[in-house]
Amino acid sequence: MSASGSTASGSGPGPAPGSGSPGRGGPGIDRGAVLLVALGVGLALLASRWLMAQVPRWLPPQASTAAPLVDDLFALEVGIGCFLLLGCTAVIAWTLLFDRADKYDRDDGEPIEGNLKLEITWTVIPLVVVMLIAAEAIRVNGQLASLGGKVRVAGAAEALRLVGVDGVEGVPASTSVPSTQTSQASQPSGPQAPKASRSWFSKGASPGLGVTTVTNPAATNPAADPVTELGPIVVIARQWSWEFVYPDGVRSAELHLPVNRPVRFRLVSLDVLHAMSIPAFRLRQDVVPGSVIDYRLTPSREGRYRLRDSLFSGAYFASNQTDVVVESAEVFERWRLAARRSPLVSSPNAAAELWSQRQERGNRGWATVPPAPPPLVNVPLDPNAAHEG
Amino acid sequence: MGTTPMGTTPIPFDPRALRAPHPVPGAPDNWRRFFSFNTDAKVIGIQYIALALLFLLVGGLLAMIMRGELITPPADLVDPSVYNGLYTMHGTVMLFLFLFPILNGFNNLLIPPMIGAPDMAFPRLNALAFWMFPVFGVVLMASFLVPGGPSSSGWWAYPPLSTQNPLGLLINGQFLWILAVAISGVSSILGAVNFCTTIIRMRAPGMGWFRMPIFCWTALAAQTIQLAGLPVLTAGAVMLLFDLSFGTSFFKPEGGGDPMLYQHFFWFYSHPAVYVMVLPVFGFFSEIFPVYARKPLFGYHVVAIASFAIVLLSLIVWVHHMFTSGTPQWMRHVFMVTTMLIAVPTGIKVFAWLATLWRGKLWLTTAMLFAMGGVFNFIFAGITGIMLATVPVDVHVGNTYFVVGHFHTVIFSTITFGVYAAIYHWFAKFTGRMLYEGLGKVHFVLTFFGAQLNFLPMHWAGLMGMPRRVASYDPEFALANVLASLGAFLLGVAMIPFLLNLVSSWVRGAPAPANPWQAIGLEWLLPSPPPAENFEHDVPTVVSGPYGYGLGHPLVADQARYEARLKEA
Repeated sequence: MSASGSTASGSGPGPAPGSGSPGRGGPGIDRGAVLLVALGVGLALLASRWLMAQVPRWLPPQASTAAPLVDDLFALEVGIGCFLLLGCTAVIAWTLLFDRADKYDRDDGEPIEGNLKLEITWTVIPLVVVMLIAAEAIRVNGQLASLGGKVRVAGAAEALRLVGVDGVEGVPASTSVPSTQTSQASQPSGPQAPKASRSWFSKGASPGLGVTTVTNPAATNPAADPVTELGPIVVIARQWSWEFVYPDGVRSAELHLPVNRPVRFRLVSLDVLHAMSIPAFRLRQDVVPGSVIDYRLTPSREGRYRLRDSLFSGAYFASNQTDVVVESAEVFERWRLAARRSPLVSSPNAAAELWSQRQERGNRGWATVPPAPPPLVNVPLDPNAAHEG
Repeated sequence: MGTTPMGTTPIPFDPRALRAPHPVPGAPDNWRRFFSFNTDAKVIGIQYIALALLFLLVGGLLAMIMRGELITPPADLVDPSVYNGLYTMHGTVMLFLFLFPILNGFNNLLIPPMIGAPDMAFPRLNALAFWMFPVFGVVLMASFLVPGGPSSSGWWAYPPLSTQNPLGLLINGQFLWILAVAISGVSSILGAVNFCTTIIRMRAPGMGWFRMPIFCWTALAAQTIQLAGLPVLTAGAVMLLFDLSFGTSFFKPEGGGDPMLYQHFFWFYSHPAVYVMVLPVFGFFSEIFPVYARKPLFGYHVVAIASFAIVLLSLIVWVHHMFTSGTPQWMRHVFMVTTMLIAVPTGIKVFAWLATLWRGKLWLTTAMLFAMGGVFNFIFAGITGIMLATVPVDVHVGNTYFVVGHFHTVIFSTITFGVYAAIYHWFAKFTGRMLYEGLGKVHFVLTFFGAQLNFLPMHWAGLMGMPRRVASYDPEFALANVLASLGAFLLGVAMIPFLLNLVSSWVRGAPAPANPWQAIGLEWLLPSPPPAENFEHDVPTVVSGPYGYGLGHPLVADQARYEARLKEA
């Protein structure tokens, strides 16, 4: 059983207290063992390096400036994790192969009770490793700089008033703003973006609204970026639809964005918690009722990607997804102008379809609130378009 | 705590405990005692474990229906609203009706004999805490029968979704869910008071802190978390109940409340709750490895202290569940650092276990296989845990199947593996019958591979962007989900040899000797099964540490006399 294991486990002269160290060398082990451990470490490093190279294959395309940063950090953790896992697995496998008691052997093993040096080593090394990862993560997080400020509001009506959107389809009378009851809001000359942008923090800073501090200096200072920022685009999440209101009043059920241009969002929920998750962008942000959240990102690759609700929001949560279409500046501009001329239509809505199917089957199933009416938009969702990630 | 110098230990054992009138006079001495209000900790322990295993079957059945639904992309097996109820109940049953109770069962079985106490400090309180378990179990199961079905807002029950109450009835699934969780919390607090008191006050003479088995250390650590955290969750649950049923607006923005407040209440307890479950399992591993590696536990003192390092850190990490809730940047960084720090004490434990195995003389019993498998899985889960603690990575994979894969690797592939290991290790001691090792190994192989097949593909689906809690999904996730579903069904099959083994071994297994594994520990100086009050008036005096394998010194004074008494019996 221990024939080939004798190089390392049948140790040299005198079992020094440190000779029970699992893996990666140590005093009191003979040269064969050192070579074996060095070979193992080398192979583990190669395997970790190889696995890091596989990371892009597990992930959607990189479609925002955040994506490479996140992926590199993740690949780093995959590499470190792979090395650690291989090291520990090697120890377990070694003991399984070479440290098993023979069938009728009831003797005890070598009574090693501990080794202070070793214990300090495996306290300090993980501490250093995780703190280095944390430092790197803090650096990357600073570069992402996606989360802006947050303004507390007393419900959906106040949130819509704050972001300057009116006439949202099907907002219950109790929460809608009395002055904007007209649902004919097709006039594109609605609230202007710069005005809303200027009024944002002064409005939020009024006492009693509980503003959280703005943590990202870049987010407060659009001039820091050479390209002018698009937005704010108001993202309206509800049970179960997404609606995007552009600064010029265009309403869309799909999110169209120009490539390589920073874009700012105001996230509003009209009912429960949602999260706007765009895996190809590697970005996700909860949409919180009672708060209007400022969010910022830069798409970097043209294509059609999924935008999913990723914070459970009730019966048709799984269907609450739409597409993000990243296109060149010219195509985006053409799309925007065409959208301004398009009449408001009801967008195809998976939740509404599932709900009507349920009604046809006699409303069987467990209790749920009915879906909000599908949003009235200039650009409906294309449910059959192929997405990339 | 821990300041007692070794060797010269005070005697914390309180002899008054011996005069407590238990078991209840007139309690039946046959199988009926398991269905009665019995104050014997060993009876209560088996009551907890048996009922918890029953609920494991319920939770597993729910999981298999879910995996049946998810084996194809559209929601075709059950309605999405039904799926949501199923997954909510799966999580709730597995946590509140399986894991917490079964670990309380092991606390009851193991703590008194391990420390030489006759019973728990408060036997009647102990029985009361147990009998709340069937009560909240029935309340939760009853929610399947009320109009509108059970709670379907997830086991987090985040408002405003959880307070929407679509049918407008007072008695609804969510109401019963909150009620069950609150009763469960009260029961656990009663249990925690009892376990802590017992460990602190009733140890055998000579058993100083650093002669206590690691399981007792980890149980004490876990129950400390219960005492610190559960009142917070219970308060949150009461406020949620008021919002749901009585029109308050603690968490409703329209009335000046804030849904984020609930998330803090919830996670302040519910993240440490993971440690409440995993710490005793660390204890199992620390007990089991020395026995089957025939070596002392490597670095006993550090392993013991690391349990309390985990307790402290576990209370300051909860916001890592809220990285994308609009949490400001500085706060995300603080909680990322605290979360990552937990890797240090848990790493200490893992390395200590590996060093315990190293150059041992391994007996690959079923208990040992489950423990080694559990540690392997835990290392993997620890690595993905560090990834999830990293804010930018969490922003991408949080709330996806990556998280589902991660926490099932913790909760099933580590904690439940540890529970299985404990069952195979201590079954003989507390039933007096040997489990059949052959079926045990079949159970292990099916469970190990079923778990990998079930949970590994989930990580991949999550990296691609599949959100958790969905009843339907885009076709690009189909392969990962087919694999996961096959794994889940394999885990279902794995229950057959396990249950067969438990039932047939208890009914007609070979009679167990007092110490079938040649283990060191006070519980192994008792007959199998131990008598009602363990050592009764003849409590041994502990003279050395708990893992003296190969050291050749006795555990207790007059050890020969205790061993001779076992041979007589």
